[in-house]
Amino acid sequence: MAIYTEKVMEHIASPRNVGVLEDADGVGTVGNPVCGDMMKIYIKVNGDRIDDIRFQTFGCGAAIATSSILTELAKGKSLDEAMAITRDTVARELGGLPAQKMHCSNLAADGLHEAIRDYQARREGQE
Amino acid sequence: MKTIYLDHSATTPVDPEVVQAMLPFFTERYGNASSIHHAGRDAYDAMGAARESVASLIGASPDEIYFTGGGTESDNLAIQGYAGHPVNRKRGKHIITSKIEHHAVLHTCQFLERQRGHRVTYCGVDGNGVIDLDELAASIADDTILISVMLANNEVGTIEPLREIRRIVGDRPIAIHTDAVQALGEMDIDVNELGVDMMTLSAHKVYGPKGVGALYIRRGTRVGPIMHGGGHERRKRPGTENVPGIVGFGKACELLARDGAAVRERVARLRDRLVEGVMARVDDVVLNGHPTRRIPRNASLCFRGCEGEALLLHLDMAGICASSGSACTSQSLEPSHVLAAMGVPIEIAHGVLRLTLGKGTTEEEIDYTVDTLTSVVDKIRGISAALGV
Repeated sequence: MAIYTEKVMEHIASPRNVGVLEDADGVGTVGNPVCGDMMKIYIKVNGDRIDDIRFQTFGCGAAIATSSILTELAKGKSLDEAMAITRDTVARELGGLPAQKMHCSNLAADGLHEAIRDYQARREGQE
Repeated sequence: MKTIYLDHSATTPVDPEVVQAMLPFFTERYGNASSIHHAGRDAYDAMGAARESVASLIGASPDEIYFTGGGTESDNLAIQGYAGHPVNRKRGKHIITSKIEHHAVLHTCQFLERQRGHRVTYCGVDGNGVIDLDELAASIADDTILISVMLANNEVGTIEPLREIRRIVGDRPIAIHTDAVQALGEMDIDVNELGVDMMTLSAHKVYGPKGVGALYIRRGTRVGPIMHGGGHERRKRPGTENVPGIVGFGKACELLARDGAAVRERVARLRDRLVEGVMARVDDVVLNGHPTRRIPRNASLCFRGCEGEALLLHLDMAGICASSGSACTSQSLEPSHVLAAMGVPIEIAHGVLRLTLGKGTTEEEIDYTVDTLTSVVDKIRGISAALGV
């Protein structure tokens, strides 16, 4: 069975920033329940910065841990900095992920990018 | 933290009585059963006693028991050894099995299809995991030589109707093999009553040691060796016998004959307490497998909105060892082929948890597990809430 690092286990045990942002400025949804991994990332943007972030995840331990650490990485970052966070960044911050989890469960960065694009699309719609 | 072990279908602790029986065969009674001197004869005799004890538990005679290196090897020997025997190969190349077999059977059948030109029919099952007997009957052809259907399923615990399969086959020259690894110790087994020609058994699922199993081969059933070497196990399984392991397997079977029925009754009661407890306190739970025709120790549950690996990890943090057939816990990342064959929707199948009880399981452990599971499911659903899964 997959062996997770202590850091992954710690995020599984106490995930950060779980939940919904009711007045989110951007929402990103990735994955689907058939694959066994689905995530939703909510962001609140102030000026150019991610002021607040929440996630909801249906999936395995890796899916939960990557979502959780992503919210920590993205909080307070500028949108450009947040766009630069990749799947590899997330995996590295967790001290590594088992090979078979790198593709299917490591979706959080994609979710964040989706949320940022959603925010940008909404702004363009207003202009 | 106390360990609460609810994964007895994966493996069981070796019974202290079994360990005691095995110990002398590592140090004082270390003879090679093939040797002609008294040390060898001693090992040979001990193996004979073990053979009798395994045979008598399943209504076979000792000369129909062949010791192997475990369940997987027994399945391979049964299927490859039977299908590959020159006489059988000449008779036909069609094999019938089910979609819910253990990979030791499925992958062996696939190997024969790819490499040996056999044709294999994989019969479907109903929603309870019971093989479709009409499909099985309809798929029997002139060149069918072998049917391999498990006695009890390892994931969902459903007991398969082997007796009915024998009735369907009648006296046609088709051998019936059953993988009884999960059934041994969980129900009364009699090879004649079931009408099977070959049966796979494993020691470590019944409080015996790992690395030893047996294949029952009915007298007159043509099975050739799949490994080549010495003449051990009446030329069907070469290699110096694992005497301590075999002695341990014998002792484990002796204990099953002595205590098995009482243990089963107790374990079934605790399993029902577990399932009823979870059902009463958690919403959106489904019990997988047949509601009544199932092995006593198995509780396979699907929790909507939870993923099996996340459940396992949280239970593990609370000291509880469980298992999941979910995709994320397997190397393949494929969701359970058993639940898929049963028609369980894939998003539900991701939330599968298998709890398998044993003779050491207590009521307190079950109650603690129900409490823990209730809060763990709550927590995981809290993370996935409103995703609509």
